[in-house]
Amino acid sequence: MGALLILIGYFLGLYFFDSAIVGLVIAILVWAVLSLIGYFQSDSILLRMSRAKKIKRDDHPRLYNVVEEMKIASGLEKMPDIYIIDDPALNAFATGRDPKRASVAITSGLLQKLNRDELQGVIAHEISHVKNRDVLLMSMCSILLGTIVILAWYGSRIMIFGSMTGSRRSSSSGGGGQAQIIILVVSLVFMILAPIMAQLIYFAISRKREYLADASAALYTRYPEGLASALKKLGTSTGQLKSANKATAPMYIVNPFRKKGMKASDLSSTHPPISERIRILRAMAGASFNDYDQAYSKVHGGKGVMPAASIAAGTVPLATVKLEGGAGEPNEIQRARETSDVMWRLSNYNTITCDCGAKLRVPPKFKEPVIKCPHCGRTHQV
Amino acid sequence: MNVAVYIIIGVVVVLLIIFLAIYNGLVRRRNQVKNSWAQIDVQLKRRYDLIPNLVETAKGYMKHERETLEAVTNARNLAQQLSSAGAGERAKAEGELSSVLSRLLAVVENYPDLKANQNFLALQEELASTENKISFSRQFYNDSVLKYNNQTQMFPSNIVASMTGFKASEFFEVTLAAEREAPKVSFT
Repeated sequence: MGALLILIGYFLGLYFFDSAIVGLVIAILVWAVLSLIGYFQSDSILLRMSRAKKIKRDDHPRLYNVVEEMKIASGLEKMPDIYIIDDPALNAFATGRDPKRASVAITSGLLQKLNRDELQGVIAHEISHVKNRDVLLMSMCSILLGTIVILAWYGSRIMIFGSMTGSRRSSSSGGGGQAQIIILVVSLVFMILAPIMAQLIYFAISRKREYLADASAALYTRYPEGLASALKKLGTSTGQLKSANKATAPMYIVNPFRKKGMKASDLSSTHPPISERIRILRAMAGASFNDYDQAYSKVHGGKGVMPAASIAAGTVPLATVKLEGGAGEPNEIQRARETSDVMWRLSNYNTITCDCGAKLRVPPKFKEPVIKCPHCGRTHQV
Repeated sequence: MNVAVYIIIGVVVVLLIIFLAIYNGLVRRRNQVKNSWAQIDVQLKRRYDLIPNLVETAKGYMKHERETLEAVTNARNLAQQLSSAGAGERAKAEGELSSVLSRLLAVVENYPDLKANQNFLALQEELASTENKISFSRQFYNDSVLKYNNQTQMFPSNIVASMTGFKASEFFEVTLAAEREAPKVSFT
């Protein structure tokens, strides 16, 4: 992708300034400025755009505990910040340019849907994005992609309109004119192709990092079934995330724009198809990267997907028995209530539980000292 | 003549740089092992603190489980006493504690009143999570020990390790009765 950027700068410079160097300098300047903004601001921009709310330990102890468990399993140095996005769509993402200032965000819909093991799998996937520095890699890649798209867009428009209004350059000399036209045509074709090529490369990198994060999640939890069954729940829902956009898509655990029945070998997606990710996770005989690689070649055919350096020989046994079992775990209705309690509290609503069982949500602007239960008529202090 | 001297100096400098790089790598790995050991310790201490609260809350509801509750308390006290002992002895006591705890949490299923108690549920979540954190920190510790030990034993870093006194570390193995055989929980 870097090479594409350099080429585009080269052609732009050759055409507009008769010097490739100037074009190169401009391309690299644009890229550098965007990168700096992206490097220092991307996480706060992303969190603000998705309207995520930060939670503390007491807001949702189970979520906090699960994140802390995965922080310990991955050996992350600092506890990541946890955010909840108030959205019924099922999704989660991680952000933060280095492992020391990471954040994990999850939608309230997903929080309700998943049991503890599944939640652990999803959080492990997100934490491994942080641990593998995918957030930084993907934001740098998307900035590179953005630069190429911007330059190609403006470059091609100016070229087309410039040549229509009787170009000043080609008329200067006869022999030079022909060379100019060749450069014009080559540059134009390249301007059109470059963004597409860049996009395809970008998608390929993104999908590879998703596989790596799945493998790391299995390694951290020693329980690939947790993530697999979470992905299954994610896959059956088609609700699209309102606050996601194209630029932030690769950060999520599943593609926020997916449609039903997406083809298996889709080149134009940031994520591998969910059904394939589930099949790989379920085919794992152990929890190591090596096991994931073997499961991948079994499901997919051909070579594995893991970077060769990270594969240590041998396998790691799976956790067969979960210690605490299912005892004391809230069911889906309880989880839904719990999550809605948290969301009300995060919007500064005061919740009063009446003796008759009704829950009164008192808005922050409520001024009266007492409130009457609309169900049974008892009065409560606010 | 001069050229030979330069070559020798160059080789020595390169060797020195390699030596320092390996040495620093070993120090980093050893610190990680120490660090992850401290992590396990934090979680084990947290478990000692949680258990009395849990037993106190459960006591009122579980009239017929006096033995189980006492077993938990005893195992906890024993584990706490052995907390300054060596890794092997300690791991055994902690494993015992884990298995009586999982027995207690399985028995809780028979007491619907207790399961409805918010305070108990919060404690149970904390305890279950602490159990997970113990096993995850143990997992991370063992991974760190494996990497460190490999480095102290493999060529060429083993030369540096033996010269500067890096010794292999001990794994934290817990053989839980509960991990070997699935607990039999009946929901009748």
